[in-house]
Amino acid sequence: MTSTVTDNALESAASALELGPGFSHLNPPPSYDLGDHPVPTGREEIWRFTPLKRLRGILDGEASTAALTWETTLPAGVTLTEISDAEAREIGELAPNDRPSALAAANAGALLLDVPAEAEIAEPIVLRLHGESVDDLVWGRLIVRVGRHAQATVAIVHTGSARYAAITTVLVGDGAAANVLSLQDWDDDAVHLGRDAIRVGRDATVKHTSISFGGDVVRMHANVEYAGPGGDAELLGLYFADAGQHLEHRLFADHTAPKTKSHVVYKGALQGQGAHTVWIGNVLIRKVAEGIETYEENRNLVLSDGCQADSVPNLEIETGEIEGAGHASATARFDDEQLFYLRSRGVSEKEARRLVVHGFFNDLIRKVGIPMIEEQLLSTVEAELAKNVLKDLD
Amino acid sequence: MSELIIKDLQVSVDTEDGPKEILKGVTLTIKDGETHAIMGPNGSGKSTLAYSIAGHPKYTITGGSVTLDGEDVLAMSVDERARAGLFLAMQYPVEVPGVSVSNFLRTAKTALDGEAPKLRTWVKDVNTALEKLNLDPTFGTRSVNEGFSGGEKKRHEIAQLELLNPKVAILDETDSGLDIDALKVVSEGVNRFREQDGKGVLLITHYTRILRYIQPDHVHVFVNGRVAESGGPELAEELEANGYERFLTEAAV
Repeated sequence: MTSTVTDNALESAASALELGPGFSHLNPPPSYDLGDHPVPTGREEIWRFTPLKRLRGILDGEASTAALTWETTLPAGVTLTEISDAEAREIGELAPNDRPSALAAANAGALLLDVPAEAEIAEPIVLRLHGESVDDLVWGRLIVRVGRHAQATVAIVHTGSARYAAITTVLVGDGAAANVLSLQDWDDDAVHLGRDAIRVGRDATVKHTSISFGGDVVRMHANVEYAGPGGDAELLGLYFADAGQHLEHRLFADHTAPKTKSHVVYKGALQGQGAHTVWIGNVLIRKVAEGIETYEENRNLVLSDGCQADSVPNLEIETGEIEGAGHASATARFDDEQLFYLRSRGVSEKEARRLVVHGFFNDLIRKVGIPMIEEQLLSTVEAELAKNVLKDLD
Repeated sequence: MSELIIKDLQVSVDTEDGPKEILKGVTLTIKDGETHAIMGPNGSGKSTLAYSIAGHPKYTITGGSVTLDGEDVLAMSVDERARAGLFLAMQYPVEVPGVSVSNFLRTAKTALDGEAPKLRTWVKDVNTALEKLNLDPTFGTRSVNEGFSGGEKKRHEIAQLELLNPKVAILDETDSGLDIDALKVVSEGVNRFREQDGKGVLLITHYTRILRYIQPDHVHVFVNGRVAESGGPELAEELEANGYERFLTEAAV
């Protein structure tokens, strides 16, 4: 049995590592050149937590014409079109930062989801992507462009099964507000290597939520950088790992402009033998990025024996002129005191556990800001609980 | 009617140096409608008594018995004890993030009654209880005990006492950390509970102050895991004047 239990760690900017100018050693430079992203051995910093053998050959990078089926809800004014590789780069796609995303860029046809400048799209734009079989190797490449002063919500929902590697770019124009959500609700055998990267315009706000429930191996990047001052990014995540599942979320907030904000909250629960979650929270505050604010937090709730939660916050600071920087990471089992308190009011052990886990996720679910998805999440959490935590208590 | 009988209760906790005996044979009977105050210095085992009766897993019962109306309390799980009619107002109520006060109260009431309370009267009851304890109407939307001030936590405990209406209430240092206004509000809540027929109260406190607002029928001085002396309200007055010195000296001999 392994259970990683980390104590609450809070670290101020003052005690963080001071680095000289140059690139973050934790985040290899982005590049379309596959030569810059060699096949990993598993010893690399960015691959050391990932079970490479269970990636089912995705990293070999074979060409494939298999596709996910797309079912889309596109409100008036929003378009989804195929674009060329050259156009994707011209538009400002954020270059791949690992091998799977480089392979996806090389192998997939690119799509552009375009919300024109100043359009205020109230209804969520929903992209439902469904895979038929884990035998299908699928490459994906999407650019979401939310124009200047536009407002839009985009939900990308993954179901079924596939070996899927995708590179997604979100370009948020100056003064725009974007809410982007990626839900990984795969069947048990799916493998998903996804890279979401966001460029936040001047005075723009973006919320990005990554939610992983299903799949055998899911490894998602959420990267954010800033095109100008005043950008504000909120990065949320929720995951629930069952027996044997590997769910990995890698965050990178790259403060490339002054007066920008990043706020990261990821919460996860683990249950069952071999359930493994990884959370990497990297923040780089560049020399130019004076007056920024950043905070990142990861909390894991271990619901049974035999699980492992890895949680690694990293803060690299190249300027001393910042408003605030901090992080917190905690991994814990059910809190006996919480259960005792609830049970001392007559609430059964089963109901008390249910309340505690719902409570753990509720705060985060309420922040998602897409009612349709919030309801689905509450019922998915309930279904996950029924599998294990509550099973033996009837 | 309700009668809580504690007989020769012995309790230990596990420490790094092995089990440590905290309660060394406590005998107390709280009859129908009686209020008993248990007073004692820090570390005398007062809170251990409260938590052992409620069934906290940290404590091991090594001897004795506890019965409520003839039923064996020690054989019950924590939630069964509550459903049997016991209530513990805690000294340090626990935060339950993401669970709203109103959801918590409704879940508890449903568990105790075996059915959900009627929505209309329940909402009114909750609002009335919160109001009586000077808690804001928006209190119900806050997460249980999260970010509450010390006074809010205690007032929330007493609001629960009124809403859940047990047979016997154990109040563990409910008065500690309260200013005089909050102490009055909390005491009034306890007195409203006591005014009903057949309600027992075990009031655990370090200070005599709260006994000016909640008149006990019996006072017990607790020292070194035992009841050192029992008496009427006059015993509290003696403690007010002379402190615990006499009892500590006797215990040390």
